[in-house]
Amino acid sequence: MRISVVIFPGSNCDRDMMVAVERITGRRPAMVWHKETGLDASDLVIVPGGFSFGDYLRCGALAARSPIMEAVLDHASRGGAILGVCNGFQILLETGLLPGTLVKNKGLKFICRNTTLAVQETIASPFTDGLEAGERLTIPVAHNEGNYFADDDTLAALQQNGQIALTYEDGPAFGPSNPNGSAQNIAGIISPNGRIMGMMPHPERAADPDIGQIDGLRFLTKAIEMVA
Amino acid sequence: MKVVVNISLKEGVLDPQGRAVEKSLATIGFTEASNVRIGKQITLEVDSDDVARAHQRVARMCEQILANTVIEDYEITIEDEA
Repeated sequence: MRISVVIFPGSNCDRDMMVAVERITGRRPAMVWHKETGLDASDLVIVPGGFSFGDYLRCGALAARSPIMEAVLDHASRGGAILGVCNGFQILLETGLLPGTLVKNKGLKFICRNTTLAVQETIASPFTDGLEAGERLTIPVAHNEGNYFADDDTLAALQQNGQIALTYEDGPAFGPSNPNGSAQNIAGIISPNGRIMGMMPHPERAADPDIGQIDGLRFLTKAIEMVA
Repeated sequence: MKVVVNISLKEGVLDPQGRAVEKSLATIGFTEASNVRIGKQITLEVDSDDVARAHQRVARMCEQILANTVIEDYEITIEDEA
C-alpha cells in the first residue's frame, strides 16, 4: 500500500494524517512538498487540511495551481484514488477534479466541533464500499468555508449519479445537524468514477483510541482497504 | 498598462458576509441600505502594448485563477494605456 500525503505551506493536518495512515498500514506515507513535480507511484494520494497559502484569494485557490498538482491531476487521469480533507477538499474543487465550491459558513463563524455523518448509498467507490449505507460516523469539522455550493443542475446530477457520499445528520454530536448551510447537507462527495473524494470532516482527528473517537480511523481504514 | 479586475458574487449566490454588513448598517441607522454584496478588486500591471490582447490575457487569468466562475463574475477594466 503506497500512500502519499501532499503538503503545502500552511497545511496543518498533514502530520495527523501521516500518524493515522501509519497506524493503519504500519508504514509511513510519503510526505510530498508542493514544489515537487512528480509523485512516486501511489495507490492513494491524500490532500490534507489546513490553510494552504493562508487562504489567500480563495481557500485552496493557490494550492490548486502548485507544481505538485500537475502530478496529482495525472494520477487522477489514470484513475488513481485521491482523498481531500477540509482544505484538501477545497483544493480538489479548485482544480476542478470535483464539482461545485465551498463558500463561507452560513453562520459566518469558524466551526470546530463534532458532527454526525450519514454514509450515503453511492456508486462503487473505495471511500464508501467498505461502509454500510445509512451508517453513522461521528467525525469533527473545523472550518470557516465548508458550506457546499453548486448550481441546481450539478446538485441534481450528484444526487442522481450517487456521488453524495457523506451528509450531516442528526445524532449524538452537538448542535444542529447541518453546521454550515451546505446544500443538501453535503459533507463529502465523490467523482463520477468514485475514485476521488472530498470531505469537510477530519477523519484523522478521530483516529486515535487514546483520544476516544475512532470513527475517522474506521473511515480511513476501510478506504485504505478498498483502495488496495 | 494598469488593469483593474472586479470580482463579484453571481446573482443567486448567498452572501452571508453582505447580509451581516447590511444588518450592521441598519443597526447604526442606515436603514435605506439593502442588497449588500461584497466582492473584491484586484489591480495589476500588465506588460503589453496591445489593449485587446491584454484584455484577453487577463480574461484567461480570471478564468484560470483570479475568479471562481462557479460562484463569481469578473469585470475587467483597462485603466491606462501608458
